[in-house]
Amino acid sequence: MAEEPPAELLSTLASTAREVRREIIRMTYAAASGHPGGSLSVTDLLTALLLHEMRLDPGRPDWGDRDRLVLSKGHAAPALYAALAMRGFLPRDELRTFAQLGSRLQGHVDHRTLPCVEASTGALGQGIGMAVGMALDARLAGRMNRVYAVIGDGECQVGSTWEALMAGGHYRLANLVVLLDRNGVETDGPTESIMGIEPIADKFRAFRYRTLEIDGHDFRQILTALAEARAWRDGPTAIVAHTVKGKGVSFMEGQHTFHAKPPTEVEARRALEELGAPGELPAR
Amino acid sequence: MTRLGTPESLRDAYGASLVELGERDPRLVVLDADLSGSTRTVQFGQRFPDRFFNVGVMEPTMVAMASGLALGGRTVFASTFAVFAAGQAYGAIRQSVCYNRANVKLVATHGGLLVGPDGGMQQIVEDIGLMRGLPGMTVVVPADAPSTRAAVREVAGFDGPAYVRLPRERLPTVTDGSFRIGRAAELHPGSDLTIVAVGALVARALEVAADLGQVGLSVRVLDLASVKPFDQAALDRAARETGAILVLEEHTVLTGVGALVASAVAEGYPVPVRRVGVPDVFGESGEPWSLLDRYGLSTERIREEAWELLRARGKVQ
Repeated sequence: MAEEPPAELLSTLASTAREVRREIIRMTYAAASGHPGGSLSVTDLLTALLLHEMRLDPGRPDWGDRDRLVLSKGHAAPALYAALAMRGFLPRDELRTFAQLGSRLQGHVDHRTLPCVEASTGALGQGIGMAVGMALDARLAGRMNRVYAVIGDGECQVGSTWEALMAGGHYRLANLVVLLDRNGVETDGPTESIMGIEPIADKFRAFRYRTLEIDGHDFRQILTALAEARAWRDGPTAIVAHTVKGKGVSFMEGQHTFHAKPPTEVEARRALEELGAPGELPAR
Repeated sequence: MTRLGTPESLRDAYGASLVELGERDPRLVVLDADLSGSTRTVQFGQRFPDRFFNVGVMEPTMVAMASGLALGGRTVFASTFAVFAAGQAYGAIRQSVCYNRANVKLVATHGGLLVGPDGGMQQIVEDIGLMRGLPGMTVVVPADAPSTRAAVREVAGFDGPAYVRLPRERLPTVTDGSFRIGRAAELHPGSDLTIVAVGALVARALEVAADLGQVGLSVRVLDLASVKPFDQAALDRAARETGAILVLEEHTVLTGVGALVASAVAEGYPVPVRRVGVPDVFGESGEPWSLLDRYGLSTERIREEAWELLRARGKVQ
């Protein structure tokens, strides 16, 4: 078992995640576009990865030995941009440009405009495949870096997700971790009423992943799972992170309607109040 | 049928070239999707087992993996049949490769009708159109084995995505073995008409040019192996100097090389253009070369089309 993460670290990450959530609201409000629900659900996972777990150097975004993150659910771009800004990869001010004409911060993650994101994503079912390629690349090169693929639960309905998972298991990629943001809700409603993916943890196990189930909003559990994944040498790890769509904003929680709907001015004000940051909204 | 040089396998040329590239570049990686014997990547796999990944029947993921490997700074070749590459994996080619500008070279074998007995299901005649529509994609359709070797070296030599279409059948040698991206090769000089062709149809273009030469007609033949980027200057010259252009391809006329040449000529130096290719239909089972005849690509039909253009120019009665 991994060591218990220090309380101070947990509270720092929690307050960073809160700031990430505020930025998600500001970004999607200002752009009048974006996917707040799945950004808020994956926030704690991305914060734990980018602000603590991953070996990164914001001064050298192309450092060869850096850990790689592929946000396969590329619609959660606002969460990734905010977390990258908190880690120092981009200026906080730039978040205001999200999804505007000419911005590096495209509506879905774009490696060409923003090279510090490892891969362009947003068509579901391809991120794990790219992550498998990156993990093989590291193995061939004898590099020790790790590769994290963050997927959504609607994405578990995509056939190529399972192709790629099969490949990661086949090649026994111990440097690969697949994190599932299991918020239970896709664009049109609950996954289990649209096209059920359960028993999802059993499916990962059947595909040769050491599989852990955690509360994806509990930093102690997230960090412990990531540490266990790092210590596991016999193949890839899957982490089923049970999360809440729209987490942190009461009226968005569990609501599929906020999958791809930005907040109105009233909703944005209320959301920021709930997130402890009442006051100015960015221009829309 | 007249044949120009000894028919050679373009796939064998690809397989041998990959091994040579692998010797020179120790980071080069090759993937295949359970067709390595047919695509000839098996030769690379035997020589460099650590750098060869046969992923089984998962074309979209093969392409995504190729992108992931390429984003680490490698040159990556990925092969399968054209119908599975451009067809099954289109989304992955668009999003994982082109949208990342990843250095992935898709070498797709068994393109077009010459797949033969396996039938229309496997004979993709839409791939060139699909691939040339992708931003940043280089598209190459070699006409023989020597130029295939050159093309494989060329595409390995730049950083970015490429699609190379090879046929199942052996083709006679028609080029001098050179290939340059963005350059059309003039394989036969002429001033009365130009035939632009790719792949297996280049040999038929040369046959028709030779036949027409017997009766005193001067027909230029351009091998447009570099489909994207293509040689606008060579098309402009052909239009200006020969006054009419006939385009031959083993591909649907809707979106292929004929469509490309027609629009390029219309915008460059407008002259009459006729397209000979697969009409808006799927193929079917049959002996490979007779399939070309069946779908309107016989030398007789090509000669008739050439004659029509020559008549319109007043070169013949």
